[in-house]
Amino acid sequence: MRRVVITGLGVVAPGGVGVKNYWELLTAGRSATRTISFFDASPFRSQVAAECDFDPKAAGLSPQEIRRLDRAAQFAVVSTREAVADSGLDLSALDPGRVGTSLGSAVGCTTSLEREYVVVSDGGRKWNVDHEYAVPELYRHFVPSSMAAEVGFAAGAEGPAAVVSTGCTSGLDSLGHAVELIREGTADVMIAGATEAPISPITSACFDAIHATTPRNDDPEHACRPFDRTRSGLVLGEGAAILVLEELEAARARGAHIYAEIAGFAARCNAYHMTGLKPDGREMSQAIDAALDEARLDPTSIDYINAHGSGTKMNDRHETGAFKKSLGAHAYETPVSSIKSMIGHSLGAIGSLEIAACALAMEHGVLPPTANLHEPDPELDLDYIPLVAREKQTDTVLSVGSGFGGFQSAMVLARPERSLS
Amino acid sequence: MSPTTVVTGLGVAAPNGLGTEEYWKATLAGQSGLGRITRFDASQYPSTVAGEVPGFVAEEHIPSRLMPQTDHMTRLALAAAEWAIKDAAVVPDQLPEYGMGVVTAASGGAVEFGQRELQNLWSQGKEYVSAYQSFAWFYAVNTGQISIRHKMRGPSGVLLTEQAGGIDSLGHARRHIRKGVPLVVSGGVDAAVCPWGWVPQIASGLLSTEPDPTRAFLPFSAEASGYVPGEGGAILVVEDADSARTRGAAQIYGEIAGYAATLDPAPGSGRPPGLRRAAENALADAGLTPADIDVVFADAAGTPALDRAEAQAIEGVFGARAVPVTAPKSMTGRLLAGGSALDVATALLALRDGVIPPTAPVTAAAPEYSIDLVTEARDAQLRTALVLTRGHGGFNAALVVRRSA
Amino acid sequence: MPITTEVTLADLTRMLRESAGEEEGVDLDGDVIDTPFIDLGYDSLALLQVIGQIQREYGLVIPDDAVVDAETPRALLALINTAS
Repeated sequence: MRRVVITGLGVVAPGGVGVKNYWELLTAGRSATRTISFFDASPFRSQVAAECDFDPKAAGLSPQEIRRLDRAAQFAVVSTREAVADSGLDLSALDPGRVGTSLGSAVGCTTSLEREYVVVSDGGRKWNVDHEYAVPELYRHFVPSSMAAEVGFAAGAEGPAAVVSTGCTSGLDSLGHAVELIREGTADVMIAGATEAPISPITSACFDAIHATTPRNDDPEHACRPFDRTRSGLVLGEGAAILVLEELEAARARGAHIYAEIAGFAARCNAYHMTGLKPDGREMSQAIDAALDEARLDPTSIDYINAHGSGTKMNDRHETGAFKKSLGAHAYETPVSSIKSMIGHSLGAIGSLEIAACALAMEHGVLPPTANLHEPDPELDLDYIPLVAREKQTDTVLSVGSGFGGFQSAMVLARPERSLS
Repeated sequence: MSPTTVVTGLGVAAPNGLGTEEYWKATLAGQSGLGRITRFDASQYPSTVAGEVPGFVAEEHIPSRLMPQTDHMTRLALAAAEWAIKDAAVVPDQLPEYGMGVVTAASGGAVEFGQRELQNLWSQGKEYVSAYQSFAWFYAVNTGQISIRHKMRGPSGVLLTEQAGGIDSLGHARRHIRKGVPLVVSGGVDAAVCPWGWVPQIASGLLSTEPDPTRAFLPFSAEASGYVPGEGGAILVVEDADSARTRGAAQIYGEIAGYAATLDPAPGSGRPPGLRRAAENALADAGLTPADIDVVFADAAGTPALDRAEAQAIEGVFGARAVPVTAPKSMTGRLLAGGSALDVATALLALRDGVIPPTAPVTAAAPEYSIDLVTEARDAQLRTALVLTRGHGGFNAALVVRRSA
Repeated sequence: MPITTEVTLADLTRMLRESAGEEEGVDLDGDVIDTPFIDLGYDSLALLQVIGQIQREYGLVIPDDAVVDAETPRALLALINTAS
């Protein structure tokens, strides 16, 4: 079977543009959450978010790209260029039809759409919104598939392209989709990852309405507290991670630097509730088991789990249950952390950002911590790597995600040189 | 040898017919579902014609508990999914718990629900935003709701490639079948006939501004002047052929024999568009040559430049007037994420009944296109059909369906 | 804004129907005052939606915890009618 490896990374994340800044933030255990600066959030129940300090011009985008692209698409294009450069791949030497694109996003170009909605509706006054005030880019923003095309154009890719939009598992599922395309032989290289820029009034309002985001506004840096007894909800984030994925033998033949193999992936639905999670983590456990099975790895081989760890009461219980169900006693010996404590929850992007973090953890032998975990929840009794990054060599790591719609996904990274049982 | 993927159930909600057989009857008769917009007052807009699904009373199909949390789009999708599952005579309890998945396409999400909540937020304040907004508008909503309604816990997904999404979803469903999932509910249903769904399409510059519904959407004709949007689409039950036979499926409409997708080159690169490549790759994937294809269902964008590009792609693959070409979406409008799923359902019905539906009310292709455009229902021995689609911004996909032996 | 009229069970069931619909097999007009919301077919989202409607219609501020604490119509009405 064709195997798939990660050979390039590109990141835009809270705390800085680029992989280097991202890894520094994660290993320092520093939180990039702050009081929302993009709009006046004072009417909202939750007023904090992990925002990117992103200057599109400094990040290398042209004036036309800046005009044409939603913020999420800007993140994606900038990350694509970094990832392709990092991979060392000469894309112009490849058949462009063998290079595909898979981009995750849960809410698409929502920032631009809301901005333009406010204009065409004249501040929400008109149901029959005015087409005379519509900008030419409006349809691109309306159909976020446009972002996958932009990534493809930036990389010169002419193979299959799509946006994968499965809520907050989009970032894992888009990578899983890309792995499939290489394995089945449709593509040799995939530009894959996810992007999101959801920090806008409508997103704040809809998470407010279901009490999903934290009301802890007085201390923004410590607002997101996964696995902590005092956790009170998620903190919105934004960003993008793009990975260059290649077929293993081709990557080896060109002497590529290989971060890790994407050895297993599985997605399940809980078919239970659009937003709720079953406390026992049954379907997530099923996804973990299936991903391990695909990787031909035993649960006891897992060295680290990058958790969904959104910091809601419900999620952290749910996935702790899933880890115990799938790993058994080994769950208690496996370090687990949530980087959402530092970069917030960037919805559809987070799964790819977490896989990028996992690849970097394997690369550097360091596990990012769970920031803000001062008071362990007695119900949650695993090793959640509180506060401080930990040096540890890892050969097999697991990352999981849950999304509105009932989506549950799991992905396993491993070293390609391992022996296959 | 990978499993054969077949379609065993269809559920259609289209502007010219609610329900598969209503739609098919109207389509063969050349009855159009296009008309002046009734879902909102469109008089202020340059485009006033759409395809609206007639006679859909949501309360008859959707449980009361789901009504406040679903958009018109999702209600149509849930109804179509239920019809497809019923048509396939699937008894979900008899399949493995993780053996059923859901893969659907989306374009702009549940836009009417989203517009209402945007208006609530901006005109009245955040206290007026629905607790359901967080998921009711978003792109994954149809997959999530279908999965929950029918307790389908297997691998699922949502693909966005604008109009190409319906075919990309079916191609993705086949991927799941080949990996061992017995059944996937797949396709696309869309509905954006509301002001906030209309204005972005006006901004695309591709909408027809012709006010006469009989003349507004005439793809491949000399009078082509843009496209007319419609609502609806199709949900299909896709199965592993062996599994379908073992459980005694009610019927097998046909096999998904080939599929491919491509992206156009970056604008300005000077390289050729990717539709022809998608068609050729899908044929190769099916192990067929152009001569094996009995009918082509075209994307039919309805603007001269895009029609010309498609006609050239078809001629490039098949030769001049070498295969019948049809685009019954002329009677429904372009259904965004629902369009190419409905085209696949239509192609399967054509295979079943041995008849090619017409591109009504188009009476003839423009002389510059060397294609055999079917403008009146045509009886034919059909074994295979190629369905083409393009999604705005560079997406292309092609799918081959074949009658099961 | 001080509340002048008490919110009754009939008001609550009306708003539940509007905000969240009615579960098949459940008679909201029956004796439901002590029936847990979960048995009436209402999840936390439904309660958040109806609490939002009550707050808007009656100009009340209902504490965040109501959705967790009020397990029955009687408990929710008590919270509403003591809210300010």
